Amino acid sequence: MLFQLFLSFLQVGLFSFGGGYAAMPLIQAQVVESHAWLSMQEFTDLITISEMTPGPIAVNSATFVGIRVAGLPGAFVATMGCILPACIFVTIIAKLYLKYRSMSVLQDILSCIRPAVVAMIASAGISILVSAFWGGMQNISFADTRWIMLVIFAVCIVMLKKFKLSPILVMFSAGVMKLLLSFAGI
Amino acid sequence: MKKKSEILKKLFFSTLYLSAFTFGGGYVIVSLMKKKFVDELHWIGEEEMLDLVAIAQSSPGAIAVNGAIVVGYKLAGLAGALTAITATILPPFIVISVISAFYAAFRDNAVIGQLLQGMQAGVGALICTVVYDMGSGIVKKNDTLAISIMILAFTAVCIFRVNVIAVILVCAGIGVIRGICNKRRAA
Repeated sequence: MLFQLFLSFLQVGLFSFGGGYAAMPLIQAQVVESHAWLSMQEFTDLITISEMTPGPIAVNSATFVGIRVAGLPGAFVATMGCILPACIFVTIIAKLYLKYRSMSVLQDILSCIRPAVVAMIASAGISILVSAFWGGMQNISFADTRWIMLVIFAVCIVMLKKFKLSPILVMFSAGVMKLLLSFAGI
Repeated sequence: MKKKSEILKKLFFSTLYLSAFTFGGGYVIVSLMKKKFVDELHWIGEEEMLDLVAIAQSSPGAIAVNGAIVVGYKLAGLAGALTAITATILPPFIVISVISAFYAAFRDNAVIGQLLQGMQAGVGALICTVVYDMGSGIVKKNDTLAISIMILAFTAVCIFRVNVIAVILVCAGIGVIRGICNKRRAA
């Protein structure tokens, strides 16, 4: 089990280019789809918690999933797996850079990976929205739509795009809106 | 420069502090690192810091972690890299360990359950705006290859459920071919 955790997060660490949200689709593939260590709901909670606490999503997820699957040793092993590729790659690239100061091949490769990363983040975002609006893929239908969530989502978009409010503030308001609406019995 | 042990100590506490109080992901911590190591301590030059950030961004893994490794390595070699990375992952490791211990009880609480559910819509909205900003950045560059990759990758991952790692490897392959073509054209 520990080895499986290590391998899964090693892949997350090895293939997430572009930081922040780039790791999200990879974590989802490993943790929700391949191994079912977390449900989609728990995964979304994890992303929410990651946004509100310090630290990269990948490291936070490794710790969270590791602890839930195999306690503290699990968290340690998963975190190590997640940062090991970076340690090796970055040290080698830094060494080459300090020696040659040129990275044009790397830039060409990145120019082709970046658009795919955006597409993958979009796809992960859609799973999160499906989970928020309908509670899962199998429930998608007009009758099962949680309209309140759609309204909260729309309000959040306006807060983020039009008023440029900070993401943490927006997420927190989304939670408070839902809470108040539930007290009001909606 | 000062003694190595002193540099390591300062490096450890600087990165620990940065990591513990930085909310909002990699790009934020990288700009704070610049403030600390370039403007405040004068350990790294301005130009060089930009290159270090480029390395952090173009390597696999979290930008905050990569940034810590590259800055640590530049300042004190391997020992520096290890020091910086330990200091960077310690705060999130502790915070998330504590949170996950309470998560189950947390989630079952009706009030917090409602809060978390509402936040799902907020996270969804946040990701939509991130995708919009990143996507329009790529469309604006007018690079046909990049736009085609974006559309094909989306179709592959979202509709055909192709493995995300396979998609990245294929794109890296296309990038290598592109690099070779560019070099030929330049030569």
